[in-house]
Order: sequence, then C-alpha cells, then structure tokens
Amino acid sequence: MDYFAQQLINGIVLGSIYGLIAIGYTMVYGIVGMINFAHGDIFMIGGFIALISFLILVSIGLTVVPVILLIVLLVSMAITALYGWTVERIAYRPLRHSFRLAPMLSAIGMSFVLTNYSQIAQGARVKPVPPIITGGYTLHEGSEGFVVRLSNVQIIVVITTVVLLAIFTWLVSRTRLGRDMRACEQDQTMAALLGVDVDRTISMTFVIGAALAAVAGMMYLLYYGLVDFFMGFVAGIKAFTAAVLGGIGSLPGAMLGGLLIGLIETLWSAYFSVEYKDVAAFSILIVVLIFLPTGLLGRPEVEKV
Amino acid sequence: MTAPAPGPVQASRLPGVAFIFKKALISALVALVLFSLMIGIRTEAGPTGQLIYWTRFGDLAAMVATVFGGSIVVELLRQWWGPVGTVRIVPPSVQSTLAVARRAIAPILLIFTFLVPVIFYDQRYILDLGILVLTYVMLGWGLNVVVGLAGLLDLGYVAFYAVGAYSYALLSTNFGLSFWVCLPLAGILAAFWGVLLGFPVLRLRGDYLAIVTLAFGEIIRLVIINWQSLTGGPNGVSGIPRPSFFGIPLTPGDDGLAAKLGIEFSTTHRIVFLFYLILALALLTNWVTIRLRRLPIGRAWEALREDEVACRALGINTTTTKLTAFATGAMFGGFAGAFFATRQGFISPESFTFQESALVLAIVVLGGMGSQLGVALAALTMIGGFELFRGFDQYRMLVFGLAMVLLMIWRPRGLIGHRAPTVFLRHSQAISSELAREGRG
Repeated sequence: MDYFAQQLINGIVLGSIYGLIAIGYTMVYGIVGMINFAHGDIFMIGGFIALISFLILVSIGLTVVPVILLIVLLVSMAITALYGWTVERIAYRPLRHSFRLAPMLSAIGMSFVLTNYSQIAQGARVKPVPPIITGGYTLHEGSEGFVVRLSNVQIIVVITTVVLLAIFTWLVSRTRLGRDMRACEQDQTMAALLGVDVDRTISMTFVIGAALAAVAGMMYLLYYGLVDFFMGFVAGIKAFTAAVLGGIGSLPGAMLGGLLIGLIETLWSAYFSVEYKDVAAFSILIVVLIFLPTGLLGRPEVEKV
Repeated sequence: MTAPAPGPVQASRLPGVAFIFKKALISALVALVLFSLMIGIRTEAGPTGQLIYWTRFGDLAAMVATVFGGSIVVELLRQWWGPVGTVRIVPPSVQSTLAVARRAIAPILLIFTFLVPVIFYDQRYILDLGILVLTYVMLGWGLNVVVGLAGLLDLGYVAFYAVGAYSYALLSTNFGLSFWVCLPLAGILAAFWGVLLGFPVLRLRGDYLAIVTLAFGEIIRLVIINWQSLTGGPNGVSGIPRPSFFGIPLTPGDDGLAAKLGIEFSTTHRIVFLFYLILALALLTNWVTIRLRRLPIGRAWEALREDEVACRALGINTTTTKLTAFATGAMFGGFAGAFFATRQGFISPESFTFQESALVLAIVVLGGMGSQLGVALAALTMIGGFELFRGFDQYRMLVFGLAMVLLMIWRPRGLIGHRAPTVFLRHSQAISSELAREGRG
C-alpha cells in the first residue's frame, strides 16, 4: 500500500509536467487544427534555457532560492515564448491555407531544426544540475521500513501547475484574448469579419503554449535534475497522447489526460517493467484513438463537406 | 494578408529602404533574444560532474549579424521576385522542349542506372552509394503508395523496414533459410504488420493517423531494443548470411559462382550483384505501383486522396481501400528491409529510428507525392546531398529540417512533379445553376 501511495505521488508529479505540455498541443490543435510537432522540442528548449539562466544566476552570487526560481521561471517563459512565436511565424503562418499535410510536414522539419540546433549549440551530452530544492516530508512510515515521502520539489511542481492552470483558465474564459481565441476556434473567417485579429490571436496561442511548455521544462529540470537535447521527442509524443486522451481541444481534458498518462507510466514502471514504459504510453495512444477518438472530455467532431 | 495586389499600382506599394531596414532590425533583435542564452552561453558537464559554462559572444554576434543580413537579402529577393502565387507564363517553345526532356529523362536515367556497374566497376564507393540511393528509391516508391497515392500520412514507415530486416536476419541466422525464401516471407510479414496496425487505426483522420503510425514505429523499435533474447537488443543481429545467386554462393570456393563461370573471383561481383538485386526490387515496386494504379483499387486510392467524403458517398469502402494501400506499402518496405539486412550483414535498432521515416517521407514529398520519377530523382538528390555534407555531419539534420520547412513554404506540392489523378472525365461538364437547382447536377 505504501509503495502504491509513493507511486501515486510520483505519477501525479510526472502527470503535471505532461499536462503542462499537453495544454500547448490541445490549444494549437483547437485553433489551427494542426499537430504542432515541434512542441516537444519547445519544451526541451525551455528546459535548456532554465538550466542556463540558473547557472548564470548562481555564478553571479545569488543564493536566495525562491528569488532564483522566480527569475529562472520568468526568463525561461519569456525566451521560450519567443521561440514559440518565431516557429509559428516562420514555419506555420505561410502555410495556413496550404494543403492539409503541409503544416504537419513543416512542423516535423521544425522539430528536427530545434533538436539539432540545441545539439550543436549545447553539445550532445546530458546536462546534470545539483538538486536545487532539497528536503521534504515523510508522510507515512511503513512496517517494513518503506517510507512514503513527499519532497519539496514535488510540492512545488504540483503547486506551480495548479496556479498556472488557474491563471490560464481565467485567461481563456474571462479575458478579451480568450474570447478571441474561442472565436477563432469556431470560425476564423467570421471572427475576422467581426474585428478579431486572427493572425495575432493564433500567434498568442503559440506564445502561451510555449510559455507553459517552458514551465514544464523547468519543472522537469528541477524534478529530474538533468536536460538533454533529445528529451523533447518522447515527452512530446506522451504529452500529445495526454491531449488526445483528455479530448483534443479541451483544456481540463489536457490536464486530466496528462495526469492519467503520468500515473499509468509510473505505475507501469513500478509493477511491470521499466523498459516497456514508453511502449505502454504509446499503446495507450493507439487504444484511445481506436475506442475513444474524441477523448474523455472532447466534443465529437462532425465532418462536413 | 498584406500581400500587395497585382496590377499597375504595384510600383507604389513597394516597400522602401526604411521598411526593409526596420524589418531586418526587428529580426535581428528577435534573433538576439533567441540566441542569447542558447548560443551566447555554452554549458558542459565539467570534470567533477559539476556543470561549467563559458561565453561565446563572438558566435552570438555572428549569428545575429547573419540574421540581419539574411533578412535584408530575403526581403530584396521577395521584391525582385514579386508576390508569390502569380502565374508566370512560360513561352510555348520552352514548354514543348521541357515536355520532351521530361519524357526522355526516365528512359535515360534507367539506362544509365543499368550501366552504372559497368562504367564504375572499379569504384567501390560509387557502387555502394548507388546501392544506397536505390534502397531509398525503393523505400520512397513503397511509401509513395501510402502517402502519394492514397494520401495517408505514414510517419512510421521505418517499422515495416525493420520488420523486413529482422525477419530475414532472424530466420536466416536461426533456421538457416536462404535469402530467396526469406524475401517473400519478409514482405508478407511486413504486410501482415501493416494490416495489424492499419485495421484498427485507419478510420482516423489524417494527422491522428500520422501520430499513431509514429507511435507504432516507436513501439516496434522499443520492442526490438528490449526483447533481448530474440533480437539481441541494442547489440543487434550480426553474421547475417550474404545473398546467393539463386542458390550459388558468391564465394571464392569451388562451388562459387566465379568458379562455375570460369572467371577469376573478385569481391566486386557481390557488390555488382547486390546493385542489380536492389535495382530489380525497386523496378518491381515501380512496375507493381504503375499497374495497380490502373486497377480499380489504384483508382480508389487516388480518389481517396482527393476526397474521402466523396469516396464514401460513392460507396467505396474506405477502410479496405486504405488497408490495401497500407499493406502494399508495408510489403515493399519489408522487401527493402530484407535487402538491407543482407547487404549490411549486421542490423541494430539504430538503423530504424524516426529520422529514417522522416527521410523517406521527405523523399516522397520532395518528389511530388505520387510521381514515380519525382521520387527517384528526390532520392538521388537527398542521398547525394547527404554524401556531399558528409564532412558537416552534425549540421546534416539541421539543414535537412530547414529544407523541409522551406520546401513546404515554397513548393508544398513537391519540387519535381505532382501527379494528377490517373483518370478523369474527358470533358468537364459545365452545369448551370438552373440545372443544379432542378436537381439534375
């Protein structure tokens, strides 16, 4: 039971990270109808920028951990958001009215560019960082000496995710920008006729998605203590699986899907085999798409001629 | 949105120097922020495991300057070239010459390919490169059935390539089956996997299908890596038998082909044999595709690519149609895989990554989705280009990715050709709105 509780905690933390990435997929899919294949790499870039800014802050002598974390968070969100904006501007905007496979292929190309760009810029080796946040709480001490622990990093990851999700839900449901986004999602031409700047709204969608991916990248760095240039690929597919599982286009769905994928992956590793955890996650994607193509919270898609 | 309207007013709409300069400045500023940390700072794990970093402001400045200059050049080019999408009139005489060249290029290329082993008999490097190019031509033609004809975006094609390669490798090393027995088996097994994957997922829409095939490709690769007792895991399978000339081994011994023909043995014989083998396999793929295109099933594929909803309305069973395309493509992938295994003599999961799928897909897209000649030329360009960039290994995939993005922006329908449906009505009927209203349309 203790073992299960511990895995549950780990799964929720991992799931929060997937959920943050999944939001970017789901928003972009909702508004432009394309799978932003490069989103996983945006997450990776976010991790790298968090790492580099953290190193700089430490080396100039800053020692107050909360201040460091806040600055790192803001810097990586800002720069990664600019990456998201640039990717959209270069690779997707010119293709908005092209044939239907074009944006997908362009996104694959962009994903290669970003992966190899960071490999060339930062080298192929894994970058480890010493644990930044240490300590935690012992929740329960089992009879066989097994301890259920909740570390401070885990608490921070979950709290950050919840806070960001709250801010974000407010943004989409209460602000002008959110209204524009939902309008573009339904009908771009009509939205444009009613004075919504479609180009700007789509750009903002990418910017927000990238900022959330940056947060996920930073959380990943804090939690696992390492980044490498290839981590975006697998994390990206899993987050996409999460988005599909939750119902693509639905924000709470993305978070729910992320949590489920995180839990399934952790529990699978704990009880079956670590080697096949990615296989399990990918199989879920296939199974979900077969039996539940609209996801848990998605709306059925009506195909019109 | 802001493209200048064509016509006489164009001259006054041309942006001035100030505009170009402003745009380049913004680009440079964006580049400065983007590259500031990623290029300006280099991190590396130090000798004690502690991360260290050093600055590279020179590189950063160079990159930003390149973006600034590049942005000006692009803007100038755009002005010189005019708005994208206008029709450029090619004089009829040039058009007819082009048409002749177009018709002549396929036979010339084919004859040249047949003669390659004769001309370059002594140059092992060229022969090896030729085999590599032909392997990708075959893979491209195989994937072309799925992507080009049926319009299904398959991002996991390498899975079938892997199934073919491992089928041959395992059957021959474990049971001693010969290449010629395993070749059809590899194709059948790959097709079987294609059906297995395709049956449940082919009801999905374009991009969902793409992701599922990608996931499938990764699953196959991960299973190969982890199922160590069967596949040897990351170490791969080695000692895969070389192919025989229909049972006669290509060895220096008494029962070898050279001894039987009474000529002196040379290792080049095997290379030449492999060259013609892959050429034959590729041509088989091409021939089957061309024939299939004339059958009802091929026409259904093309119809499916053009409009799935219309297909369903006309009573075409879209699931079976997609499934056959998938299985056919997978089968050719399996053949190519078996060939790959016998040529290399060693295979490992390293050869079957997503990059490989993307490369084959890029060949098909570059070739113009459905055009057989286009795919062959694209494979030649891509693999040849990769060889040229051999010295810049680490920039290879970066350039590849950039090329893919630029290609999609510039010529989304492919560089070399675009294949229109094989059949269409001889004269298009104009239907007036009145007839349509009466329900006769």
